[in-house]
Amino acid sequence: MLQQIIQILPQVLVDGLTLGFIYAVVAIGYTLVYGILELINFAHGDVFMTGSFIGAGVLFFLMSIGFLSSVPSLIVFIIVILIAALATGFLGVGIERVAYRPLRRRNAPKLIALITSIGISFILEDVVRFIAELKTGNYIITAPSLFKTQYHLNIHSIMPFFHNVTFQASFLVVLVVTVVMLISLDIFVNRTKWGMAMRAVAQDRETASLMSINVNRVISVTFFIGSALGGATGVLFMIQYGTIDPYIGFILGIKAFTAAVLGGIGNIRGAMLGGILLGLMEMFAAANLSTITHGAMGAEYKDVFAFIILILVLIFKPEGLFGKAVVEKV
Amino acid sequence: MANENGTHFLELKQVESFYGKIQALNGIDLYINEGEIVTLIGSNGAGKSTTLKSISGQVQPKTGTILFDGTDITKNAPHQTALSGIAQVPEGRRIFPRLTVRENLQIGAFSVKDKKVVSERMERVFGYFPRLKERLEQKGGTMSGGEQQMLAIGRALMMKPKLLMLDEPSMGLAPIIVEQIFDIVKEMNKEGMTILLVEQNAFQALQIANRGYVIQTGSIVLEGKGSELMTNEQVREAYLA
Repeated sequence: MLQQIIQILPQVLVDGLTLGFIYAVVAIGYTLVYGILELINFAHGDVFMTGSFIGAGVLFFLMSIGFLSSVPSLIVFIIVILIAALATGFLGVGIERVAYRPLRRRNAPKLIALITSIGISFILEDVVRFIAELKTGNYIITAPSLFKTQYHLNIHSIMPFFHNVTFQASFLVVLVVTVVMLISLDIFVNRTKWGMAMRAVAQDRETASLMSINVNRVISVTFFIGSALGGATGVLFMIQYGTIDPYIGFILGIKAFTAAVLGGIGNIRGAMLGGILLGLMEMFAAANLSTITHGAMGAEYKDVFAFIILILVLIFKPEGLFGKAVVEKV
Repeated sequence: MANENGTHFLELKQVESFYGKIQALNGIDLYINEGEIVTLIGSNGAGKSTTLKSISGQVQPKTGTILFDGTDITKNAPHQTALSGIAQVPEGRRIFPRLTVRENLQIGAFSVKDKKVVSERMERVFGYFPRLKERLEQKGGTMSGGEQQMLAIGRALMMKPKLLMLDEPSMGLAPIIVEQIFDIVKEMNKEGMTILLVEQNAFQALQIANRGYVIQTGSIVLEGKGSELMTNEQVREAYLA
């Protein structure tokens, strides 16, 4: 049994990292907003989904004007992801303006904002579904393929206890783009003035406003960044997995939120690591559950496995794996 | 003394503020001239902090006006008031616990674009509080109460304010530290800073203040020179006993 598990480990690693980095970037969107507003923005998963549809729309448009055949895929991809990121960034800012800010101004309880975010989530799903059906006749969309070249890593000949690994070129794209996004965000938050303002607002909104910080603007910037990252990740998802529908944001959003909690909600690096960890665990479970349980449970139980680990972690470390209780003297 | 236009540096006229439906201020009249230390004393819940928050914009007055340096700031948001030159050192210091001392100071100068100006101001703050210079990379939340108070005042000075408002700077500090802080407040005033000092510690506040106001359940009940109030029978009984 152990031998079987070890044999497929490299493949699990490749698939797990792909999924894990996607979770990581989406998790950041949850953790940023939670850190600053203590709001679980359930609409974020659907911003991710909207990003994937905007990406698909742009891709179809470029294909229809013959752009796709005349320009290298990489350039097409950069155009698509930038447009989707910008559009979802502004979408996030708009959602905050229209739905959350009025509640904040009236000092509404946090629960109201939470319910509102669930409402926004449904609205996004339905609007996207409506437009997709209007344009294509179907709400399930298979995007034009990019980076579909298959690679085989022949590690078996070097390390005989491993099986060979297969992946698409898109795996590399996902890996590179998510890592670039994660590093840029980390630099932004920890090294720039606006990043410092974001951290200050997250720690003490009232006092930050006394420091001549326009708190509403910082909140808008936060929503823009989180949503743009989410939308860009939607494009990556579309490129990696090919088929998208208006409901992909729901379960993926919940998993990314789980990753954020796993890493310690509000903690950006925690969200990154939580996402990667969750992706790896999920793929490990998907590949091995059947072997471990002698066929009693199949790959479809992978989510249960992932959530059991989450519950176990939270029982012993309620602040999350990387969230630390800061001692604050009064 | 008012300035040539007959107006004061900061002036509150009949300010009424509410927390929800509860009225916290019942028409406050108060003024400060440039270069003064004015203290607002009163017991817990009398409306001292609410008065400061009404000035800084954290609480929006329902009626009345607040004039600062000739402009009406009654309806300003907190960040606008801060930009107009009023810095508030909030009650309980409110240091950003997970920012370093350096970042806490930098955030005070958030509106300043020129990095050279920021570091010049930081040097000035170190002049008052040399201790902060030794702690630059430490997280704000890990410092002692006295150090946090110094940092909170230093952070406010980074804004280079025209008016500095201090909300209970002595709260929870050892007497010797309180004395240090009050000495520095006096020193800053000598160098030209206008100061509004809110205190429960009436004796020490009145000692350094030019003028004082006594607030009770949302109304000003007494006002006068610091030395006068200190000898006032009513004040002695209520706050200095």
